[in-house]
Amino acid sequence: MFDSTEHAAELFALRSYGNIYTRIGNPTVSAFEEKLASLEGGLGAVATASGLAAQLIAILTVAENGDHLVASANLYGGTITQFSVTLRRMGIETTFVPGGEVEGVRAAIRPTTRAVFTETIGNPNGNIADLAALAEAAHAAGVPLIVDNTFATPYLCRPIEHGADVVIHSATKFIGGHGTVIGGAIVESGRFPWDAGRHPLIATPSPGYHGMNFAETFGEYAFLMRARAELLRDVGAALSPMNAWLLVQGLETLALRMPEHVANAQAVAEFLQARDEVAWISYAGLPDSPERALAARYLPLGAGAVFTFGLRGGREAGRAFIETLELWSHLANVGDAKSLVIHPASTTHQQLTDDELRTAGIGADTIRLSVGLEDVDDLIWDLERGLAAAARVSAVQA
Amino acid sequence: MILETASERRALLDRSRTVAMVGASPTVTRPSYFVFSYLRTHGKLDVTPINPAATEIDGVRAYPTLAAYAAERGAPDIVDVFRSPNNAPQAARDAIAVGAKAIWFQYGVVNDEAIRLADDAGLDVVVDRCMKVESARFDGGLALYGMNTGVLTAKRRVR
Repeated sequence: MFDSTEHAAELFALRSYGNIYTRIGNPTVSAFEEKLASLEGGLGAVATASGLAAQLIAILTVAENGDHLVASANLYGGTITQFSVTLRRMGIETTFVPGGEVEGVRAAIRPTTRAVFTETIGNPNGNIADLAALAEAAHAAGVPLIVDNTFATPYLCRPIEHGADVVIHSATKFIGGHGTVIGGAIVESGRFPWDAGRHPLIATPSPGYHGMNFAETFGEYAFLMRARAELLRDVGAALSPMNAWLLVQGLETLALRMPEHVANAQAVAEFLQARDEVAWISYAGLPDSPERALAARYLPLGAGAVFTFGLRGGREAGRAFIETLELWSHLANVGDAKSLVIHPASTTHQQLTDDELRTAGIGADTIRLSVGLEDVDDLIWDLERGLAAAARVSAVQA
Repeated sequence: MILETASERRALLDRSRTVAMVGASPTVTRPSYFVFSYLRTHGKLDVTPINPAATEIDGVRAYPTLAAYAAERGAPDIVDVFRSPNNAPQAARDAIAVGAKAIWFQYGVVNDEAIRLADDAGLDVVVDRCMKVESARFDGGLALYGMNTGVLTAKRRVR
């Protein structure tokens, strides 16, 4: 209980720290937040109900009607739709840059641009962002770099060390680690000059708090305090404490699971690359990958455990492949302890237009794998069965 | 000495008792009021507003100048400065004149001359930090808001 009406009023006015209401903060949730912030090397974190909620809250903390974002075009389909449909309807426009290419990002920044957005490892194709170059391009224009680090986790990459200002997670994935919990988080570095003139939402008096100026009042904590006290409060997408507890269990084994994920992913990618049924494969851990140099720089412990490939025989061969697998689960999640397989064009990226699919590098034949922790020989045994089924379809087509 | 690390700031707060807050405002949305009202109700620091335009804040008597405070109360352990950066050197000279042991420049109060004056006079100096935030870092309040306090503990700090 609050000690007194004065104590309650101090808490609600943000003049005191304490437990107010679980939508704004909760001791179990804050235990998760501080651990994740520590792992990412950030100043602090705000946990949310999902990764998409984290993204929305991070963007609404810096942008409003009339503002603009620059984003890589190689993103999770749900992210592209959030930007191109929902945020656009709210008056926030996004320019998507093919491949997240740095000079394209630099050229797309306008006076109203409030953030540059990318994924460390792009979903679904596993392409790697040049984080330091993107941070430099964004900072040269006075704009922060927001990085979705879901596929890498802080075990494989800590974007803040490469210049990122805000890091987003779908904690549902590798952080939870078992496909049993949904959650998200925003981590911030505390280094970005929000009061330099380009972010009036943070550095001018807020009508949401009787005219309080977050930058002046909370200094380096201004972004995180506004994200929590205004956006989490008003959007309402808070992480449930039970889910926070489950995510903390996940964090405790992250450093044990991630090396197994990437070792299995590397073995599966090498197996597929050597097979005649496989037309192409996009995994930055392979020696001839065009992403190899970026992976070596940003992901020295491994290029993640999610990637795509295509079969000779295209979409029909892919359908036979997926439907034949027994050990691999046909699911839309990634980052589960179990190995997962899906056809993005008809599922995770279904809402994209044909043009958006092309720009995102997703063909009708693209199959996405999320490589889990099973015995790799069992995984390859199952893939061999799928490839045999795909080959039968291709033979009929021919 | 300029205190650069969190543990140095913690030690300063631990060994201090009296704080004179230069520029403390009675306006409830001003940062200085946030810090004053928090420190008044949390922990052991005895905080006093220094503001010629105020007679009291939340029932705590305000003094018009540091000299007026020192004449009655003696030298404060810390002078906490909420002034614009160009007024910081005068605040430093006043703090030195009354024999304060430390001077604390709040967020954005950054002035090289003021820092040098205080450092040369032997005061402990904290720059561009918030006394409320640093207090909350160590008593657990900051952790409740998901901040990375740098304090790893299995013990519950606040309820």
